[in-house]
Amino acid sequence: MWIYEKKLEFPIHITKPDGRLAKIMIEQYGGPDGELGAAVRYLSQKFTMVTPQAKATLNDIATEEMAHLEMMGTIVHQLTQGLTKAQLEEAGLSPYYVNHGFGVYPSAASGIPFNATALQSKGDPLTDLYEDMAAEQKARSTYEYLIDLTDDPDVLAPLRFLREREVVHFQRFGEALDSARDYLNQQHYFFMNQK
Amino acid sequence: MDRNMLMQKLMELDFLAVDLGLFLNTHPDSSEAIAAYNEVIEAADKVRLQYEENFGPLCSFRSYAADPEHWLWERNPWPWQKDANTTMGGKECR
Repeated sequence: MWIYEKKLEFPIHITKPDGRLAKIMIEQYGGPDGELGAAVRYLSQKFTMVTPQAKATLNDIATEEMAHLEMMGTIVHQLTQGLTKAQLEEAGLSPYYVNHGFGVYPSAASGIPFNATALQSKGDPLTDLYEDMAAEQKARSTYEYLIDLTDDPDVLAPLRFLREREVVHFQRFGEALDSARDYLNQQHYFFMNQK
Repeated sequence: MDRNMLMQKLMELDFLAVDLGLFLNTHPDSSEAIAAYNEVIEAADKVRLQYEENFGPLCSFRSYAADPEHWLWERNPWPWQKDANTTMGGKECR
């Protein structure tokens, strides 16, 4: 169950429409290392996670990723508000526009729609947690590349916040991995997964 | 306090709660972090109440509908609208 809170996790108010930025920011909405994939990955993996610490970590980071998905959608939406036809065409947004208008659609910056092949739910707690740590690093790299290509301070502020969250999540998943590894290294006589 | 200031205060406190919560998931015996968490939750509750009394409900199926004549939940601005937020551009720690 979830409760929606009518606010963003971090404030976003972008004054300058910018088609070039909108075109690349969609990467973290629906790209392979984006927030949608992160949320679905952790929400799916939690069902077979072993220790209470690791279950809580997956559940709560997945929840925060949904807030990050909303932030990236907000960035794309606000960047496209007030774009002129000439600006849209110059930014190379025409192919996106003919399919989605200014609707926010989960795709990568290349235009490839979101696909669950970008994530795994392996049913093996160690495998899953290693994937999650890698996923946080991939998202951190992507945010750094986006930051490299951004000069608008209204866009930079939320990107820097999101990048820092990837670093914290990586740390928490590392601790969750320790708890799962310790648990699996104990002697189990009857039920492998009982805890 | 105006809407933007209250919202920013609430965002700050809720963010602390999110981050402390994640920390506590993997450090469940840290009494220092538990005390900090409870302090933040108490402070955030007060700000949330103050915001909701003045500007309408924040939580789906948790907040009271304060006005018996009007359902305020559906009202603009929604969080993704520019009007809902101020920018943090240029205000970050260096």
